Amino acid sequence: MALKTEEMILNMGPQHPSTHGVLRLELELEGEIIIGAKPHIGYLHRCFEKHCEAMTYPQVTPYTDRMDYLASMYNEFGYALAVEKLLGIQVPERVEYIRVIMGEFQRIASHLVAIGTYGLDIGAMTPFLYCFRDRERILSLFEQTCGARLLYNYIWVGGLSHDLHPDFINQAKDFIKYFRPKIKELNDLLTNNKIFIDRTANVGILPLDLAINYGISGPNLRASGFKWDIRKDDPYSVYNKFDFEIPIGNGTMGTVGDCWDRYYIRVLEMEESLKIIEQALEQIPEGDVTSAIPKRIKPAVGQVYSRVENPRGELGYFVMSDGSVNPFRVKVKGPSFVHLGIMNELLKGYMIADVIAILGSIDIVLGEVDR
Amino acid sequence: MIYDFFLKITGSNILASIIQSLLPLFIFILPFALFAVWLERKVSAHMQDRLGPMRVGKHGWLQTVADILKLIQKEDIVPNDADKPLFNIAPILVFVGSYAVFAAIPFSGAFIGSNIDLGIIFIIAASGFVVAGILMAGWASNNKYSLLGAMRSAAQIISYEIPTVLVVLTIIMITGTTNLATLSEMQTGHFWNWMIFGGPNFGIAKFIFIPFMIINFIIIYISTLAEVNRTPFDIPEAESELVSGYHTEYSGMKFAMFFLAEYANMFAVSAIVTALFFGGYQSPIGYLGNLFGAHWLIPIEQFIWFTAKGIFFVFVQMWLRWTLPRLRVDQLMAACWKYLIPIAFVNLIIIGLITVL
Amino acid sequence: MKSTEEIFEILKANFGESILELVAAVPVEKFIRINQLEIDKVCLFLRDDQDLLFDSLMNLSGVDDANGKKVASENGDQIISGGTLSVYYHLESTKYRHKLVLKTSAEREKPDIISVSNVWRHADWHEREAYDLLGINFLNHPDLRRILMPYDWEAGYPLRKDYKNPEFYQGMKVPY
Repeated sequence: MALKTEEMILNMGPQHPSTHGVLRLELELEGEIIIGAKPHIGYLHRCFEKHCEAMTYPQVTPYTDRMDYLASMYNEFGYALAVEKLLGIQVPERVEYIRVIMGEFQRIASHLVAIGTYGLDIGAMTPFLYCFRDRERILSLFEQTCGARLLYNYIWVGGLSHDLHPDFINQAKDFIKYFRPKIKELNDLLTNNKIFIDRTANVGILPLDLAINYGISGPNLRASGFKWDIRKDDPYSVYNKFDFEIPIGNGTMGTVGDCWDRYYIRVLEMEESLKIIEQALEQIPEGDVTSAIPKRIKPAVGQVYSRVENPRGELGYFVMSDGSVNPFRVKVKGPSFVHLGIMNELLKGYMIADVIAILGSIDIVLGEVDR
Repeated sequence: MIYDFFLKITGSNILASIIQSLLPLFIFILPFALFAVWLERKVSAHMQDRLGPMRVGKHGWLQTVADILKLIQKEDIVPNDADKPLFNIAPILVFVGSYAVFAAIPFSGAFIGSNIDLGIIFIIAASGFVVAGILMAGWASNNKYSLLGAMRSAAQIISYEIPTVLVVLTIIMITGTTNLATLSEMQTGHFWNWMIFGGPNFGIAKFIFIPFMIINFIIIYISTLAEVNRTPFDIPEAESELVSGYHTEYSGMKFAMFFLAEYANMFAVSAIVTALFFGGYQSPIGYLGNLFGAHWLIPIEQFIWFTAKGIFFVFVQMWLRWTLPRLRVDQLMAACWKYLIPIAFVNLIIIGLITVL
Repeated sequence: MKSTEEIFEILKANFGESILELVAAVPVEKFIRINQLEIDKVCLFLRDDQDLLFDSLMNLSGVDDANGKKVASENGDQIISGGTLSVYYHLESTKYRHKLVLKTSAEREKPDIISVSNVWRHADWHEREAYDLLGINFLNHPDLRRILMPYDWEAGYPLRKDYKNPEFYQGMKVPY
């Protein structure tokens, strides 16, 4: 006679060291094998969209910072682009270049956190601190530029709050020189570690058709083997002036679209971001960064959906205007929110230890999921 | 030796035994645990480009004392639905298990808690005791993470005891003794008499032994690493998965006991490796005591050598912990059953054949 | 690459004009308005038609149009009666690189819209969000629960223009 067994429900989070915030996963387990996963979100809901309706257009910018707090620059960037599109205004070229430089620095900083915490999830403590050490230097650059290290309120509709610090370009170049060897160090320490590969290769495989159907974007989509980057495929700002590669996952260590691919895409992307920054620093024109900021933002009735390639994926802003100074509706399509939707699909059949590996490789920020 | 000394002072068998058994706790385990926690923090800090504790005492050497004081003051929280008697006994059991191991560890020629003939067998048996405590803690906490951690831990420790024992068997076959003091005495002289270099006997067999001994050493070091739940085998308390495994629900002094037991265990397994392969308390280069004719110095020197060797292996454990990621539970089992145990068996057979021939 | 007008012609040929309407006289983005009870069929066609292949749903956003009458309720609050709630769909084809905006509306008092979550699984959570914040009822949705707000939030749908915060939630004071 077979023993009677029953599934165990395990609540992972909202207080758990590696759910990257306040995510709660309701896991249905059979032994250590997952047979179902249900994400519960909303613990960090701050009514961003409702707030926006009560604010004027420029007042929304600081709120966007607080969504994906690891990529604040890019959130502002996306919002500014959306409103500029709605207003139909052009911003000076220098502004575009500075936005791109800041955006790419932000991408590196954000990927460093993603990679570092991923190592931490797998149990390697040291790469995490190395990553944070390097990220610290980027944050110092930001601090020098706009006075804030995390929530910048730097990229405004129509311009920027400040011009660059006179020494910024030199320091940025120093950083690039400093950072290139660090990527190699990271690869030696973590990427090519046998245990790390064992833990991540062939785990959490995300097939391409499923990924597109689920709206997955950014590094996670590219890891599944699809060359798709909004910076190249639907260029915004001045991205079409730079020469850079789009790395895609090719299953070096296992299957295309596994956790290792998703991790390694981020490492490669940091390199590409460095390339973009280098070119931008060379080409950056002189000019005034505040001249195009409108005194009073009052777009005509209409709506626009504008998207940017955030470090985590496609960040879209749907902004609707009713002709007043307050936005009628702002809806954010955050990549983290979308990526979390696939968790049930991805987790089935893996073990508890893999939940952490998969969740970490998807790289979510709960501030953006819950908004 | 030490026992006779205490017998002379107190005049009572029982008192002498009690003092002797408490001695390692107070002169060794507690100070060592304090030191090891500090060392761990400093080692990790310097490996990670930071400084670690710097405030309490010079380079933070009093930090762990402060931590222990804090832990003593903390409220002892027992979850409402926990199985209270088991919940309270578990940390004690774990601590007793790891403490009992120290009874048979030969710190020096003059100081061994209990010089029993079955030394190494006793150590393995006593450390098996820890599993019961861990399972108890996991079950009694009434927390799913604790339970999973405890189950993983039990499976892991029991599996990894097999390669450990197989390696120990080869040593027993070669030396013909299970008494650790005798084993240490056999490896006297210089470092080429250590078991890792083929043991004290001379001749062709010694050189044939060396590669097998090195394999043996690697096997036992890996499996003891797993037995004390250190990275890359720290899955029972895998912080990022199971919060902290079987001691998630513990606080205050009970948590401190788990903590203490963990660090005591780290030294215990390093001591076993030292005693079996690296000459125990024997100096690799001879004694100052012999040089100066001061024979009372020798046990002290031996004690220092033993601790130094032990701490070196503890340091290697820390080094590994701060470098390597963590294995998954099935990979861990595969590593044990697919690689370590077969290799250990083959080694056992080959060394057995060599000994017989 | 097909423009909105071309796609509209294709749709008109397949579904007739009764459920479709092209709205081109708006700044920035033109859109096609579709009957709320036929949206799933149209979307399925848009996804699978070999010339269109809208394989990706970029965004799905619910909007309270607030185009009804503002009336005072019994307790003196202003509420909106009549008018519509709308949903905007932003589609994209990763193969042909064309984009399309669809809009569908439903009456505020009975906001039933057919779910497209079986066309694009991506829509699942966005529809839950629209349900949660605007109270749009997506028919055929596999798991229509609140997503951002607590499951036991009883004070209505926050993104509606006439939403009013409750005094208390679970004994906790809400406005602070």
